[in-house]
Amino acid sequence: MNRTVYSPLIFELSKAGRKGYSLPQNPCPDYQTSQLPTELLRQNAPTRLPEADELTVARHYTNMSGNNFGVDTGFYPLGSCTMKYNPKINEEMAALPGFTGIHPAQDAPYMQGALKLYDEVQRTLAEVAGLSRFTLNPFAGAHGELTGLMVIRTYHEKRGDLQRTKIIVPDSAHGTNPASAAVCGLQIVQVKSTADGTVDVEDLKPLLGPDIAGMMMTNPNTLGIFERQIPEIARLVHECGGLMYYDGANLNPMLGVCRPGDMGFDVMHINLHKTFSTPHGGGGPGSGPVGVRAGLEDYLPNPQVHFNAETQRYELRCNGEALGHVSAFLGNFGIIVRAYAYLLTLGKEGIPMAGKLSVLNANYIKECLKDYYCLPIDGLCKHEFVFDGLLPQYGGSHTDASHITTLEVAKRLLDYGFHAPTIYFPLLFHESMMIEPTETESKETLDAFIDVMKKIAKEALHHPEMLRQAPHSTPVRRLDDVKAVKDAKFSF
Amino acid sequence: MANVIEGLYYSESHEYVKVDGEFGYVGITDFAQEQLGNVVYVDMPEEGDEVEAGSEFGAVESVKAASDLISPVSGEVVEINTALEDEPELVNKDAFANWIIKVKLSDASELDNLMSAADYRAFSSK
Amino acid sequence: MQLETMKYFPHTPEDISQMLEVIGVKSLDDLYAEVPEELKLHRELNIPAGKSEIEVRRIIGELAAQNKPLVPFAGAGAYDHYTPSVVPYIASRSEFSTSYTPYQAEISQGTLQYIFEYQTMMADLTGMDLSNASMYDGSTATAEAMMMCVAAAKKRNRVLISATVNPAVRAVVRTYAKFHGVDLVEVPAAGGTTDRSEMSRLLAEDNVAGVIVAQPNYYGIVEDFSGLADECHAHKALLAINSVASRLAVLRTPGEWGADIACGDAQSLGLPLSCGGPYIGYLCVKNALVRKMPGRLVGQTVDADGKRAFVLTMQAREQHIRREKATSNICTAQGIMCLYVAIYLSLMGPQGLREVNEHSYAAAHLLHKLLLESGRFEEAFAGAPFFNEFTLRYKGAEGVDALRERLAQAGFLAGVKAEGLDGCLILAATEQRTEQEIVEFAKIACS
Repeated sequence: MNRTVYSPLIFELSKAGRKGYSLPQNPCPDYQTSQLPTELLRQNAPTRLPEADELTVARHYTNMSGNNFGVDTGFYPLGSCTMKYNPKINEEMAALPGFTGIHPAQDAPYMQGALKLYDEVQRTLAEVAGLSRFTLNPFAGAHGELTGLMVIRTYHEKRGDLQRTKIIVPDSAHGTNPASAAVCGLQIVQVKSTADGTVDVEDLKPLLGPDIAGMMMTNPNTLGIFERQIPEIARLVHECGGLMYYDGANLNPMLGVCRPGDMGFDVMHINLHKTFSTPHGGGGPGSGPVGVRAGLEDYLPNPQVHFNAETQRYELRCNGEALGHVSAFLGNFGIIVRAYAYLLTLGKEGIPMAGKLSVLNANYIKECLKDYYCLPIDGLCKHEFVFDGLLPQYGGSHTDASHITTLEVAKRLLDYGFHAPTIYFPLLFHESMMIEPTETESKETLDAFIDVMKKIAKEALHHPEMLRQAPHSTPVRRLDDVKAVKDAKFSF
Repeated sequence: MANVIEGLYYSESHEYVKVDGEFGYVGITDFAQEQLGNVVYVDMPEEGDEVEAGSEFGAVESVKAASDLISPVSGEVVEINTALEDEPELVNKDAFANWIIKVKLSDASELDNLMSAADYRAFSSK
Repeated sequence: MQLETMKYFPHTPEDISQMLEVIGVKSLDDLYAEVPEELKLHRELNIPAGKSEIEVRRIIGELAAQNKPLVPFAGAGAYDHYTPSVVPYIASRSEFSTSYTPYQAEISQGTLQYIFEYQTMMADLTGMDLSNASMYDGSTATAEAMMMCVAAAKKRNRVLISATVNPAVRAVVRTYAKFHGVDLVEVPAAGGTTDRSEMSRLLAEDNVAGVIVAQPNYYGIVEDFSGLADECHAHKALLAINSVASRLAVLRTPGEWGADIACGDAQSLGLPLSCGGPYIGYLCVKNALVRKMPGRLVGQTVDADGKRAFVLTMQAREQHIRREKATSNICTAQGIMCLYVAIYLSLMGPQGLREVNEHSYAAAHLLHKLLLESGRFEEAFAGAPFFNEFTLRYKGAEGVDALRERLAQAGFLAGVKAEGLDGCLILAATEQRTEQEIVEFAKIACS
């Protein structure tokens, strides 16, 4: 990326009278919307829709893309986000007219291929997760979490156990966990972590009681540490009548090695845009399938896709036991097609290998940098790990106000052509820097990143101002966040 | 070093109460505003709302953090500091001069549960 | 497995041994030494072996071929508008698609800039003060609107929803209401539109936080909301209007009706039908509600050199900061679909969008006329003004199921069956329907 910045907005390129479209002849121009009652018509014409020719539009957005960093432009070690390579065959498969041209109101006999694909993906995910059945209807990870918690509440409700209104969430959890629980009408009970970053079982025990609906965890946790006490935790929660929820954000390293169902989890979501290679798209669209163990399948949201063995046809069913609908149709179907292409490509050998190599890459970076950055929890990590800022000998500190912060290291990384890690999360440390390389990065890329991280540590010591002013070579420099809130401006 | 003023009552969640007869002015401490950084918004209750000691009555937002306001006292909100609606940064300029709500105290004995300036100074420097 | 056969894994065996040595373990399996053995799978996954790209293409291609795309004379929330080729071509640039949520603004100006453009266009189209960076789809955007009403009202938790809102949207809103503890009350329909007297009666109870209505409604009818906003506000309730986004080029906007919230699906702005997704929900509000807004918001600011730049803002509302106190659990915007909408609207402009709607209106009215002329159909709601979607009762003895199947055999999707109205179909047309298709459809339908 260079400092020549493309910055106009499409509104500034607009000129009255230009057009970027062509339409066929209207079949019956006698009918006009002006025949509708006047009070039902728009009173003031839109003033902010641009008028531009096709090249102006194509060039505008193409130039704009040059201001963006993506996995295809560089290394993206963003912890908890699993920024692995997004294969191109996935895109081509999702764009097949046999999928894109199907109206969701078509009856099942006319979309057998789509329903079969949906069922193949749900069955593959069930095997990978060690659970019984998946719904692919939720639109995103957070939506999956919400859906999964609805399954848990429905399970208790169907048993007539209406007092279970609390959910246990570790203090290291992703912020979405408590937020999803709140949207689902559950009260959050926080359980503490021990010094090694895992759930404190002794702190958990007194929290368990007849008001507990379940417990949300991710394993490995947000520090990249495998929660070895998981069988004990699952046993305790189950004994008190609760269910175990697995946040699939960190599923990647466990693929084919150790499955959430075998760890004792009852309900989980998977982020197809993390573990199964569909693109993040600058925020979406994602997909958050939810899986459940045997006995909970009926509670999954409607519509449900089923294979009728008698007719040998796929059907859409609405089940009276289900928690309800969380989407109008079958979720982000186009994303599901992409994930299917990936699952087919990797297969039974490739899926476990993806997990193992992601762990290899994370541990390699950790070992190479732990003499420069503060590693609060030593030992094997899984797909990611957390540094707590620079080591004191490189200018890191929690008490001295003049120290070099994680933010400054992160911004300096941008100058060297790398995306920053996830910073200031998890909240357990002051200067968290969460690094997740994924399995698709080569040793050369990792070595280049490691070299730059070491170089930045040395800069912190010798040229701290360089870091405080960073980034220097990005399309724009550090932004005024305060102005963005105080002089809030959300449109042109 | 954050300022602590004598004669006020302080809570562990970093609010203060300045008592004036049957009323109490509630705000966040200088220490709290330092921790938050640039305050960009103060979410306040409405006049006439009842607040309860130990429960939430609003929030203070900075760019990348938000903190619930926990009332140190119970009573009716008789006034809110409307100046903060347009200039929330006043909290940064002088947290003690720019109180957030004025409460008609319903139970003055609650003040006994709060910290003195000396206690709070020790508490916040831990 | 031969590692070198995996095109997505770059390590050579030598790379792996060198890295394992640095880490101080002997094998990849040793990286899981701390995982209790009894939790490990110890067998292969029971799924097929990996496939080459040629095989993947064949397998998925065959599945796509097992679908039969019917020519849609249906809407019900998904409209077959044309997607200009520029839209998917540019939106598929991987600088956009392979990026994450734009947390690092300095290297994400592309994403931030198109979201800012999207927000501008949607606020303009809906006649509202501001738009967020988009939601999953129209149904969840409406559910979020419901939760916003309750959050804004503080002490009320009743929300009214008109029975003329699409049942697929209502089903999702009902699910959210149930778990979120919202007292969702359905206001019945009278003659295909919201029963305003029942609405007034419920509002007069002075315990309503918000009201949700739809435009055009489920039956395709354009409802008259005159006086509704004032009535809601007089009873301290917020008004949310769910509209088909494209129609707002022509129809009175939620802003012009006096609504506090505009929500719905923007799939009609150039997104392919795609078996129901990905689509894009929009959510626009009056300024007073900005801090109750769920999801991402992009704002304009300046960088250290004083240059205009864009950034995610008002993040203190969001889950990663507020956790359980957040306005919503939403983390994402619909990203690439935002870009679809921004490019689509840039190409169409105000005139093109109007023409698309004029054309769709004309096509639907032509179909409506042909079907009624045959005598085989009658209006479900006589004389009700409609746009490009309408509800008819089929009088043929075979019934609507047989009719839809007959038309499907001929390659047409004959609308959707109207929920709660026996023998009725809801049909729609867009600018993609030719006169020939319309005439052919009517001929078969009336034969």
